[in-house]
Amino acid sequence: MMTKFLSRNRHTVQRLGFSAITVMALFTVLPIIGTITFILVKGGSAISLDFLSGFPHDGMRAGGILPAIVGTLYLTLGTAFFSVPLGIAAAIYLAEYAKENRWTRLIRLAIINLAGIPSVVYGLFGLGLFVLFLQFGTSILAASLTLSIMTLPVIISTSEEALRAVPQAFRTVSISLGATRWQTISRIILKEALPGILTGVILGLERAAGETAPILFTGAAFFLPQLPQSPFDATMALPYHLFVISTQVPEMPIQIQYGTALVLLVFVLTMNVIATVIRSRARAKRQW
Amino acid sequence: MVDKITIENLSLQYSDGTESLRGVTMGIRQNAVTVLFGPAGGGKSTLLRCLNRLNDLTEIKSSTGRILIDGENILDPKTDVIALRRKVGMVFARPVPLPMSIRANITYALELAGEKRRSKLDEAVERSLKLAAIWEEVKDRLNDPAVALSGGQQQRICLARVIALQPQIILLDEPTSGLDPISTGKVEAALLELKKEYTVILVPHSIQQAARTADHAAFFLTGELIEYAEGRQMFTTPKQKKTEDYIMGRFG
Repeated sequence: MMTKFLSRNRHTVQRLGFSAITVMALFTVLPIIGTITFILVKGGSAISLDFLSGFPHDGMRAGGILPAIVGTLYLTLGTAFFSVPLGIAAAIYLAEYAKENRWTRLIRLAIINLAGIPSVVYGLFGLGLFVLFLQFGTSILAASLTLSIMTLPVIISTSEEALRAVPQAFRTVSISLGATRWQTISRIILKEALPGILTGVILGLERAAGETAPILFTGAAFFLPQLPQSPFDATMALPYHLFVISTQVPEMPIQIQYGTALVLLVFVLTMNVIATVIRSRARAKRQW
Repeated sequence: MVDKITIENLSLQYSDGTESLRGVTMGIRQNAVTVLFGPAGGGKSTLLRCLNRLNDLTEIKSSTGRILIDGENILDPKTDVIALRRKVGMVFARPVPLPMSIRANITYALELAGEKRRSKLDEAVERSLKLAAIWEEVKDRLNDPAVALSGGQQQRICLARVIALQPQIILLDEPTSGLDPISTGKVEAALLELKKEYTVILVPHSIQQAARTADHAAFFLTGELIEYAEGRQMFTTPKQKKTEDYIMGRFG
């Protein structure tokens, strides 16, 4: 009887199906909205000019988080400095120059595996290579390099995809007009792929900005009385600071913890919004 | 009349085993429209792509023979392919305006060739757009994106883009296959203008077009040159049975 009902009322069935899917979609959004609201409610009261521009004092139980904000900014910029040129160059090689052979398959396999490595392993690797072997010490430099390695797979694969999405016909036409391969890439392909590349770069950096484990042994400081002066100084950073004040400091006022979390969240979400805006603008302007 | 291009015993096979050429030998006249026609897969496009070495972009299994343009073998590995492609322009089946303004589409190749003078570029834009019979339609919006134009207009922009380089040879690979009859007529009229100055090689999109435009016509079947003759003779009294069958529409 049920099957008879279903077969006779296709529109009802369709409506039921759509409603079910909509409900499920809502469920997936709920945790995100929940987290943001929760942190906003709990930490909103901590946000003030002093909190954003002051140093922590009283064993970090009072004062601001400026050194952690500045530190995360430095680490993000440092990561960008290393990973963006290298990542885009690798993507150009893979998308535009490399022939499909065993060698490029190996490179691709390495990139995929690099993306799957737990972040704490990167931290240990960075400690071994940059901090100890290359003697950069626990520093912004060592931490940025470690974060760069972790970010590279994201940047390479999204950039490669963005380059490949540019129609092949542009390349053929440009070459037929007497352009070299590099002229074609630099004048047409990169420009068309740029929004996609930027999106990937921002998403990669966003992940780097929020990571704790890779900087734990390579550059993060528990507490510093002043801002870092050079790339060879250690630095405080938002995610690590959050970890510290949530687990290592007894009798920590809860709104400082949530305030810090809120700042980190806003930092990362802002990057996300920028990426989204770039993407949608480019899509509207795209000529293919 | 002299031969601008001499093709000697040209054979080619792609790595993926598709369309190839088998021992093609022919001369192509200067200041004339030479039409290469025949069923799909006959080697027409392959031959075009040999003439500007665009086949370098494709994986090729083997190729032998020579192509002489003004007496020089362009298949020689030492050939300056950039210079060759400036001399041998190509228009493709689907109009592909580059993602930039109409004007920039025309000046793109010239700027790459080192032309920086604004006056020279402006001159080239006007001259080539006029020759491609599109100047009147776009002269007031040269800075608009070229994709905003209709398909027929885009194809004439692509033709103008090639003319701007002042090549000696223009290759057209079914340039009107996606166009309406009126646009097709405009492109064909432009071709008749062009052959006064250039050597034009056309792969037509229909036998009718071949007959309308050809000074000389070459019939290709599965990579072989079956018959090569003056256009009028080819389409009225072909010598080969296969050519006649194809022209009469008995296979295709």
